[in-house]
Amino acid sequence: MSESQPSHGLAPEEDGGRSRAPHRVIGTPPPAQARTLLGEAPGSAEPEAPRELPAGPDNPAKASTAEKVIAACFLLSMLASIGFIAAYVGLEVHSVDATLRSNLALGLSMSVAFLAMGVGATIWVRSIMPNVEQVEERHPLAASHEEREAFAKTFKEGAEASGFVKRPLLRRTLIAASVPLAVAPLVVLRDMGPLPGTSLRHTVWRRGMRMVVYGPNTPLRAADFSIPGQMITVAPEGFTENQDVLAKAVTIIIKFAPGQLVPNTPSKPGTIMNWTVDDIVAYSKICTHVGCPVALYEQTTHHILCPCHQSTFDATNGAQVLFGPAPRPLPQLPIGVDSNGFLIATSDFHEPVGPAFWELG
Amino acid sequence: MSWITALRRRPVAGYAVVLLGLVTVGMGYGALAGPGSPASAAIPGTVSPQTIAQGKELFQTSCSSCHGVDAQGTAQAPSLIGVGAAAVDFQVSTGRMPGKDVGPEMDRKPVTFTPQQIHALAAYVASLGGGPAIPSAAEVTPTGANTALGQSLFITDCAQCHNFDGAGGALTYGKFAPALTASTNTQIFEAMLTGPEAMPVFSNTTITPAQKRDIIDYITRLRAEPNPGGFSLGRIGPVTEGIVGFIGGIGVLVFLAMWITMKRRES
Repeated sequence: MSESQPSHGLAPEEDGGRSRAPHRVIGTPPPAQARTLLGEAPGSAEPEAPRELPAGPDNPAKASTAEKVIAACFLLSMLASIGFIAAYVGLEVHSVDATLRSNLALGLSMSVAFLAMGVGATIWVRSIMPNVEQVEERHPLAASHEEREAFAKTFKEGAEASGFVKRPLLRRTLIAASVPLAVAPLVVLRDMGPLPGTSLRHTVWRRGMRMVVYGPNTPLRAADFSIPGQMITVAPEGFTENQDVLAKAVTIIIKFAPGQLVPNTPSKPGTIMNWTVDDIVAYSKICTHVGCPVALYEQTTHHILCPCHQSTFDATNGAQVLFGPAPRPLPQLPIGVDSNGFLIATSDFHEPVGPAFWELG
Repeated sequence: MSWITALRRRPVAGYAVVLLGLVTVGMGYGALAGPGSPASAAIPGTVSPQTIAQGKELFQTSCSSCHGVDAQGTAQAPSLIGVGAAAVDFQVSTGRMPGKDVGPEMDRKPVTFTPQQIHALAAYVASLGGGPAIPSAAEVTPTGANTALGQSLFITDCAQCHNFDGAGGALTYGKFAPALTASTNTQIFEAMLTGPEAMPVFSNTTITPAQKRDIIDYITRLRAEPNPGGFSLGRIGPVTEGIVGFIGGIGVLVFLAMWITMKRRES
């Protein structure tokens, strides 16, 4: 089922006077007789045409030049491979700088080795190998009619001999054995871990817990945070090394000038003034979209931005969403001062912090 | 013009034009996004009445048209009473002031005044009403600083705007957080102290001078970090790396695929 089909114009001397089949563009459906992949009418096979390849390249002088270029590419590839081995053996990797140099040398030599070999092979194909298109028809996938009948007969005989049909007890117990085996993995899934329970709704913030500047972990007096436009990230005292806790509890505090905060009213949401101290307001630092840390604070516009997806919150206005994919405001943390003037939380957040979850509604 | 026509009809002409366009755009971007100019540092020193008088004279010729004759502020520019010497030194020593064209953000540009003149201007504005003073050289020199704490503070409170590598980043409505690559130690200290433009204030009572030196130490060490592979790509992370990956990497692969499947010219 194969035939030589020289394409138009490229090698006209190979056409040999046979009828010129239309040149097929890649991607178009094959001619009708090539589509009968499943089964075929008996006796429709065409006589095989002989395969023909030209003895040598069209232009021997060009081919000779190309041969030298290809050989140079392959030699370059060889040198690069040797260079790769040398770099791997020779270059130290015991410091950051040395590792950077080693990675650069390894990557460069390996890419030159592969690239030169590929370029050489491509030039070989383009300049030396014969430029004729060989077309080979697909063979039909289906087995012959006789083979199919023989298989059906064997299958039926086997089914009869095994007693699968005649002995219902065996058949039913086999099915009964298979079903629980399929269910077993589903039962195992139960142990993927306990359900989160109410832990998504709470953080460690408690009444009287001091807020400490994250990093140096020093408590902060309200009087030391008195310049409007100040902002700092704070963490619950005693939990500054616990990343699991911080992932929910980390908070930003922002100082405003008197009168800048927009109070919450029944008709219009805003900042809950009872939860602020001296115009210092505290918001969760975890974005309500997908939980990135929001601390891009513009003190001129009072906008808090999330660096991940540009959700924008109005810090004067209870962190209402101004823009972006965040579905709800940043939760406000009720804060106060203790007897020494240090900033404290006066309770936990009153709503879940961070991204929405299934049960949040 | 027949040689142009002949060139145009060559099979590689189309690819060559595309390649030329890409290279032109890339070079043009590189020229526009060139490195900033170096900055001069202020010289803190003693303040004499003559210095304040000189500062007042400079202020009235160069600043009063926007900030008002007595620095009381106008519709165009804020009041400078109480902003302090550090704010003046930061704005003028980075070239942001005197501002040339009023945009969303004043960018770093060549400095107009000499360090002595900046000092006089700062002394004059400070005489109008308090505010943070220019830190001394000893205050901003991070000798023996705690780099790890500096990193912790930088990542927590600075990196969101200025990028984890101090390369800067975009804010809203054309504002941006500038790169910290050209800032002097004094300027970084003053920026934290005074909160220029949209930047929040990090006063000495919240982040102590020692912690500010830790942050300065971290920023200056970041600049000395080597670039993996030899290219910094602006050090702004996945955006430029992705663009280079797509346009550079996949572009080259596309050209290679085109070359492999290109019809051979008939001889």
